[in-house]
Amino acid sequence: MIAIIDYGAGNIKSLQFALTKLGYESYLTTDQGEIRNSNAIILPGVGAFEDAMTALHKADLVEVIKDEANNEKPLLGICLGMQLLYETSNEDGLSNGLGLLNGHIERINNCVKVPHMGWNTLSLHRDSTITYQLPSEAYVYFVHSYFATNINESELISSTNYGGLIPAIVRKNNIIGMQFHPEKSGSTGLQLLKNFGEMIS
Amino acid sequence: MLAKRIIPCLDVDQGRVVKGKKFKNIQDVADPVEIAKRYNNEGADELVFYDITASNEERNIFLDIVEKVAAEIAIPFTVGGGIRTLDDIHNVLRAGADKVSINSSAVKDPQLIKRAAKRFGTQCIVLSIDAKEIESNKWNVFIHGGRKNTYRDAIDWAMAGEKLGAGEIVVNSIDADGEKNGYHYNLTKKIADAVNIPIVASGGAGSMEHFVQILQPNIADAALAASVFHYDEISIPALKDALANQNIVVRRNP
Repeated sequence: MIAIIDYGAGNIKSLQFALTKLGYESYLTTDQGEIRNSNAIILPGVGAFEDAMTALHKADLVEVIKDEANNEKPLLGICLGMQLLYETSNEDGLSNGLGLLNGHIERINNCVKVPHMGWNTLSLHRDSTITYQLPSEAYVYFVHSYFATNINESELISSTNYGGLIPAIVRKNNIIGMQFHPEKSGSTGLQLLKNFGEMIS
Repeated sequence: MLAKRIIPCLDVDQGRVVKGKKFKNIQDVADPVEIAKRYNNEGADELVFYDITASNEERNIFLDIVEKVAAEIAIPFTVGGGIRTLDDIHNVLRAGADKVSINSSAVKDPQLIKRAAKRFGTQCIVLSIDAKEIESNKWNVFIHGGRKNTYRDAIDWAMAGEKLGAGEIVVNSIDADGEKNGYHYNLTKKIADAVNIPIVASGGAGSMEHFVQILQPNIADAALAASVFHYDEISIPALKDALANQNIVVRRNP
């Protein structure tokens, strides 16, 4: 069972539909026990960084997510959920994230339209099981105004280009981040979710 | 590279897709879930559903359709029509929509955009502007399906909407809508120049050439159309081939 952390983020039904289509059972939860008993965790997210962290603290979920990630349970952060994996963000003043990955969240440079909205291509930086069977230059759907910087180069799996390099898929062992929405990225996105599902032992 | 988006738009009334000409003479076309699947398979980049009735019972029929569409397709879609409160937005997002399009309600209460962007994120708040040319190169914002002049300048309103937190603007030309003579180039360009958020052109698509014109650099990021797709006058794969031939970046591996 995959636990989808339900802390009030917008459209998580599509994520659940996508997992169901792939044959994975999932549930929306904010219950610590259910999260500990899951085989994998997905941290979705839209909205503002600080609000999301406040919601996670309020629901007393910060420690359980960190514990489970450190216990090598597969954890996937999607969009804002990926950004929350990092140490700090500059969105509306400096605030702290989960700190599971080294790096910082910054606003996309205004030389391009912000938000970055639409289908953009993935460039592969290194091989990983998470990008198994992905066509080259595959399109995925992005919608975000902030992105990860100063990350560990060795954790960068795929990037896209929008006013500069934007980390699109990052990975540190069992911890995965996707800046785009795999559940909204057609068959490419479904393949990526399937690859994540394959990490469940 | 970021691709230009092709967005079929579906007007939904009592659970069915319809298409109006200048917002009048509406006639039934098809089942929204089936048509969503078809567009998804053909390579549409996004879909838009407008709930054009919106009495309370019909609202629930509509939410049910939103949920069925979300279960069937894995591309983003926007929902508009009858969005008045934060609860309305919450309900359509929870049903599986990715973005909400706000029009008349935002004109009446601009702070709705601000509150919605704060709570749900800028990226899911789309400001839809129905604009009509009232003198040469001057456009006013109209509401209530294009029937009521607000006497507000469309370009000023677009800039205000961006400041309030809208993440995207749909520019719908009432003059061009349903005429199939092409998107309103000047209006779309003026608004694109005035803001730094994505612009969706709407109203007037009749040929592939119209899409080529409006999807040039620094004009529209996406083009929305209804009847040319619903009545099979333009097929999406052929349109994307035509755009690619004109060096416009499009997604062709759905």
